Amino acid sequence: MREVFLPRTLDELWDLLRRRPEAVIYAGGTDVLVKLRAGLIAASSLICLERIEDLQGVRDQGDEVYIGAATTHRTLLADPVIQEHFPILIQALSVLGSPPVRNMGTIGGNVVTASPAGDTLPPLYVLDAEVEVRWSDGAKRLPLSQFILGPGKTSLGPGQLLAGVWLRKSADYNVHHFEKVGQRKALAIAVVSLAALLKVSDSGRIDQVRLAWGSVGPTVMRSGEVESALEGRVISRETLDQAAALAQTAVSPIDDIRASGAYRRTVAGNLLLRLINYAR
Amino acid sequence: MKINFILNGREIELTAPSDVRVVDLLREELELTGTKESCGSGECGSCTILVDGQSRLSCLMLAAQLQGREVTTIEGLADDAGRHPVQEAFVQAGAVQCGFCTPGMVLAAVDLLDRRPDPSRSEIREGLSGNLCRCTGYQKIVDAVEMAVHREEG
Repeated sequence: MREVFLPRTLDELWDLLRRRPEAVIYAGGTDVLVKLRAGLIAASSLICLERIEDLQGVRDQGDEVYIGAATTHRTLLADPVIQEHFPILIQALSVLGSPPVRNMGTIGGNVVTASPAGDTLPPLYVLDAEVEVRWSDGAKRLPLSQFILGPGKTSLGPGQLLAGVWLRKSADYNVHHFEKVGQRKALAIAVVSLAALLKVSDSGRIDQVRLAWGSVGPTVMRSGEVESALEGRVISRETLDQAAALAQTAVSPIDDIRASGAYRRTVAGNLLLRLINYAR
Repeated sequence: MKINFILNGREIELTAPSDVRVVDLLREELELTGTKESCGSGECGSCTILVDGQSRLSCLMLAAQLQGREVTTIEGLADDAGRHPVQEAFVQAGAVQCGFCTPGMVLAAVDLLDRRPDPSRSEIREGLSGNLCRCTGYQKIVDAVEMAVHREEG
């Protein structure tokens, strides 16, 4: 039998990690327990984070918002602060997994799993999210893009915990857009996804733009080249076609069971065409 | 380990390995076989139970996580007055073919109606989107949830 621990405080967690440095940590269990059962990971003991108060909930800190790592997707979807300031995250959360998966899965879990297809990740990248990493006698903050190193790889060291996610409120963008292409509507792992934040002027000109794609590379991909091609231009089919062609060369997708690399490349570009809906 | 929780309205205490999956605990130890297992990986919704009123997948929860929680399985939905309105609607609508997905579908619908008492047809489909019916009997399942909405209103 593997022991399962449910610490109630971070102090209890640090104590456990000292005694059981090899323990596998999970929160919602929607990734870790699946991998454990499939034999993809081994665990001599497990630590579940769901009861640690410090890791729960959304805290409005003025210019910034702090989301505890063990906050479930369902809680975030219902949160008025997230709804008001980060609609792009709401859009992604509403197509993540399925209702019971959203009731169990957490934002910290989605980040630490570090799948290129993680639905919260493209929005978090364009929002310039930072993560807070804590350990028994310290803490640090770093950009999400430096925390995630590759598929399933993060910079978390032994004894360290992803404690939460920091988001900066911004009124810069008046378009929040997320779209996921999957093989079906629910329970779909992204074949390609696109998160786009735009500041569109009254005349339809793109004053600012931030783009991030999921599932087209080892991590979420951004492209300054495609952003530059859009910035300062009026939204039109021609502009978007040019950006789409650039995007198709900027991404580096692979073939897998869900789609071919060539298909992903095409879709990564074509998803930009949807921005025509925001033309004035 | 010793685990105390409320199961279908009754406080219980039992001793179980802390890493046994909740679906196994329910089916094998507590003989509540209404909770089904199909995929074992969170894709199908057959093993849906309500934990503190929210739908959760009992194949992706370990026994230790039940401590102090309030759990409802399909066996706990009816009361002395009879079937739950959602169960009654499934019967009336003929929303059951082989029946394997039904407990999960019913509990997912109960959770949905709790959050959204008057859902549209597309909201019902979305609310049940984590539950697969391999008989593909979705139309009548959605009909049943719609019927339950109107029954509860009436």
